[in-house]
Amino acid sequence: MNDVPVPYQVTGVRRESADTVSLTLAPAGEEALEPFAPGQFAMVYAFGVGEIPVSVSRIGRRELVHTVRSVGAVSAALCALRPGSQVGLRGPFGTGWGLERAAGQDIVVVTGGIGLAPLRPLVLAALAARRAYGRLNLLVGSRTPEDLLYADRIRAWVDSHGPLHCQVTVDRPSPAWWGHVGLVTTLLNSALFTPENTTAYVCGPEPMIRATARDLLHRGVRPERIRVSLERNMRCATGHCGHCQLGGVLMCLDGPVIGWDRVESLLAVREL
Amino acid sequence: MTSTTTLSMALPVEHRDRLMRLAREVSFEAGERLFEEGRRADRFWIIRTGTVLLDLHVPGRRAAVIESLGHGELLGWSWHYAPYVWQLGAETLSPVRAWEFDAEAVRAACARDPEFGRAVATWVGRVVAHRLQASRIRLLDLYAPYGSGTPA
Ligand SMILES: Cc1cc2nc3c(=O)[nH]c(=O)nc-3n(C[C@H](O)[C@H](O)[C@H](O)COP(=O)(O)OP(=O)(O)OC[C@H]3O[C@@H](n4cnc5c(N)ncnc54)[C@H](O)[C@@H]3O)c2cc1C
Ligand code: FES
Repeated sequence: MNDVPVPYQVTGVRRESADTVSLTLAPAGEEALEPFAPGQFAMVYAFGVGEIPVSVSRIGRRELVHTVRSVGAVSAALCALRPGSQVGLRGPFGTGWGLERAAGQDIVVVTGGIGLAPLRPLVLAALAARRAYGRLNLLVGSRTPEDLLYADRIRAWVDSHGPLHCQVTVDRPSPAWWGHVGLVTTLLNSALFTPENTTAYVCGPEPMIRATARDLLHRGVRPERIRVSLERNMRCATGHCGHCQLGGVLMCLDGPVIGWDRVESLLAVREL
Repeated sequence: MTSTTTLSMALPVEHRDRLMRLAREVSFEAGERLFEEGRRADRFWIIRTGTVLLDLHVPGRRAAVIESLGHGELLGWSWHYAPYVWQLGAETLSPVRAWEFDAEAVRAACARDPEFGRAVATWVGRVVAHRLQASRIRLLDLYAPYGSGTPA
């Protein structure tokens, strides 16, 4: 882990939707960050603007992909980068999804909006080691069909009826929409899993995480087997500044991925 | 909130068996209209396979799709509450296989056996509560572009 930003160069830019861009980054010089695990994040520094936490959405041998949604000054600056631009990276930070915990179990991945980005490397890793797990489910919620991230890949997974049971639902369908309409939790009804033998991974806006975790719990998935990724403001990412504190938990060290058993009661406290 | 409203999870087994004795198997092609807003709600279905879209007619526009329903879900609850009129329309998105129920027969069975009636009412109430809660969360427009005026 590195405390000083390491220069990385933008080698690819892909527009995913109106406000979201995937940046492929490679080390600009000799120095490179340690390998990332799915679910971990980097502090990405847009020179002259600021630094924000962003999860890895794809992990190559030397390259990293970050999928960034433009919501404010720094994320907008990152979304405006072009191939050849440079950023500074610190990391890897935080707990990963911990795919190894799911060995021999059914896997249910539930995502809402940009929450698909941090979970993409987990899905790819599970597919690559297919035999180590039971049935694989990916349930994706998006605002509109046009907002769906990695749309070609997702469509191929839905159509392939392969080892990944993938379903997509949108809040607002357009006339050409081909899938479900409604809240992502409703897709759990047709997902293929035995609750007592399932590990779930959930990422999205916090109300969606809470609704999904409660639904999974009610179906019989054990709380420690519901792994959620929570976003809190981060500054140092090294456990020193206290910006990311949630009760007694520091999200940059103990999170962002954490078991539902540890955060359920904390999320019920409005002041946190 | 939970979407554990499917028949197998929501009705105790003895009541489920009783209800299923009133069921008949039906199937529909993709694109078939099952019911229309404002018409009498004299039947309901439990979907076995396939997807059904619930929609609302908006003059001058295509019908607006509100929600889709799939495996194990109850299609239609207006048959349970007077004045027994559909609030939405429904159309199959894919070929659908379902259990179909005659609303009057189920209501009569509920009236004859209050315990069965209570179990059915609890199930239907749970489905309605769940759909209300899901609609409320969707109203938040959680994935909206930042700064688009939606609740923070
Ligand atoms: C561990 C972790 C992983 C993350 N991974 C990703 C990722 O993979 N991709 C990604 O796009 N973002 C990710 N984020 C969120 C990202 O860090 C924030 O969007 C970013 O910090 C906003 O900074 P800004 O300068 O662009 O906006 P600011 O100027 O700081 O904020 C602008 C406005 O946006 C609001 N805002 C801040 N964060 C968010 C948010 N997440 N959603 C909506 N509004 C927000 C603020 O409240 C503020 O009002 C992650 C956050 C954490 C903690
Ligand atoms: S971001 Fe500083 S303690 Fe976590």
